[in-house]
Amino acid sequence: MDMNDVRGIGTLLVMAAFISVCVWAYSSKRKKSFDEAANLPFVDDEEEAENDKNNTNSQQEKQRDE
Amino acid sequence: MSEAIKHPTYRYDVVRKFAIMTVIWGLIGMSVGVYIACQLAFPNVFYTEIPWLTFGRLRPLHTNTVIFAFGGCALFASVYFVVQRTCQTALFAPALAQFTFWGWQLVIILGWITLPQGITASKEYAEFEWPIDILLAVVWISFGVVFFGTVMKRKAKHIYVANWFFGAFIITVGLIHVINSAAIPVTLTKSYSAYSGAMDAMVQWWYGHNAVGFLLTTGFLGMMYYFVPKQADRPVYSYRLSIVHFWALISLYIWAGPHHLHYTALPNWTQSVGMAMSLILFAPSWGGMINGIMTLSGAWQKLRTDPVLKFLVVSLSFYGMSTFEGPMMAIKTVNALSHFTDWTIGHVHSGALGWVAMISVGAMYHLIPQMYGRRSANMFSTQLINIHFWLATLGTVLYIASMWVNGILQGLMWRAFNDDGTLTYSFIESVEASYPGHAIRAIGGMLWVTGMLIMTYNVWYTVNVKEQPVRTPKPADQPAA
Repeated sequence: MDMNDVRGIGTLLVMAAFISVCVWAYSSKRKKSFDEAANLPFVDDEEEAENDKNNTNSQQEKQRDE
Repeated sequence: MSEAIKHPTYRYDVVRKFAIMTVIWGLIGMSVGVYIACQLAFPNVFYTEIPWLTFGRLRPLHTNTVIFAFGGCALFASVYFVVQRTCQTALFAPALAQFTFWGWQLVIILGWITLPQGITASKEYAEFEWPIDILLAVVWISFGVVFFGTVMKRKAKHIYVANWFFGAFIITVGLIHVINSAAIPVTLTKSYSAYSGAMDAMVQWWYGHNAVGFLLTTGFLGMMYYFVPKQADRPVYSYRLSIVHFWALISLYIWAGPHHLHYTALPNWTQSVGMAMSLILFAPSWGGMINGIMTLSGAWQKLRTDPVLKFLVVSLSFYGMSTFEGPMMAIKTVNALSHFTDWTIGHVHSGALGWVAMISVGAMYHLIPQMYGRRSANMFSTQLINIHFWLATLGTVLYIASMWVNGILQGLMWRAFNDDGTLTYSFIESVEASYPGHAIRAIGGMLWVTGMLIMTYNVWYTVNVKEQPVRTPKPADQPAA
């Protein structure tokens, strides 16, 4: 086995790795978990909206108390 | 100072500092750029005998300030902001995060002290001398500790794709910085590279191209995967594509460096590998760009009213343009024409202004109003953002178009031969012919600096001037209870 065989095997290995990543990423099993992950930037929005509501409520209460 | 929102869990203080410094360093770094552009365009006006103000010393000051001070601060701010929000947890080791802020500013200030004096390691984009390099490495490792610590203590189940890009960027930039900066110190301000000859050149451009690939690309792609979906208010077009994008991009970029050394003493096969890898790199680059732009599908009308989104989307268009241009210029025969000409400078700026600066500016316009607790989450003036957008776009187009023309002109003039084998043009003739392009480039830069001035003003108002309260009755109007 000379250096060129190693190079050939290397190319095949890299190709196999790339195909596996694609298969893994596009398998329908992972769809749900990817959808969850894709929505991570928006998780805070709901919370913050709620906080704002609470803040306004407490402010109103404060005003009422005065 | 406006009342800053105290988020119940997140640490925003360090984000705020980095965000403000992004704007300031952007303005300063680009102004230095305009100054040296004027030196090239109008040498008789800007001629100076003060060594500190000569092109050779100010050019590395410009590149280091825009890349590491402006781009770096934008990355720090975004990473600290995004990692907390997508991991649903506060920063790990907030004191260490503060240290990264002050340490990073110190690195930049030391650069401003040493580079104009001619104290340089003379490696492109790695000019800082060894004591600054050590400080930079310490700050960078601390950055990694804060980032990965935060990811490890995350409350969310998944690690959002932006954090994968940030993680790869932090690890690789740390690695290439330490390896390329390895040197034998002679005095406090002088050292010699640990490598020599062709090996030194290869290590330098392995570093140089991965500074582009991981600092200026992977880091900003992480930014893209958070801020584009967020500003468009819809999740990324394809999360699956983003995973393939990530693995393909990081496994290819690391091999592209040799295309900076075509037709040099570097072994020929290394040059060919570099060229082939650069060509393949086109695929993941465009995969990422398409993923970003398609996130807007079904929401294109938002572009009409939201200048922040315009910044983000146009940055992706420039990213697509320069990642097409890059592989093309990496082809050896094309490089034979483009190398050493202004085309290279144009290519760099199509990436640096069009992609990096535009996405950073967009991200800062998204982030700063939130950091300073503006209820509408908008900047002081949307109209001014719009003006900034058009100045920046026009400036970038003027810059890169003039450099294309100059580059091809210079390349063709240098390779023109007479029948008897002598050169048709002397070098100075090509310099003379470049004058209009150099002047237009300086104008493009001025448009960018004007835009950054407008941004500074807008940010100052956003930070310091209180919002008009919306429909909140004044206490005086209320009947006494």
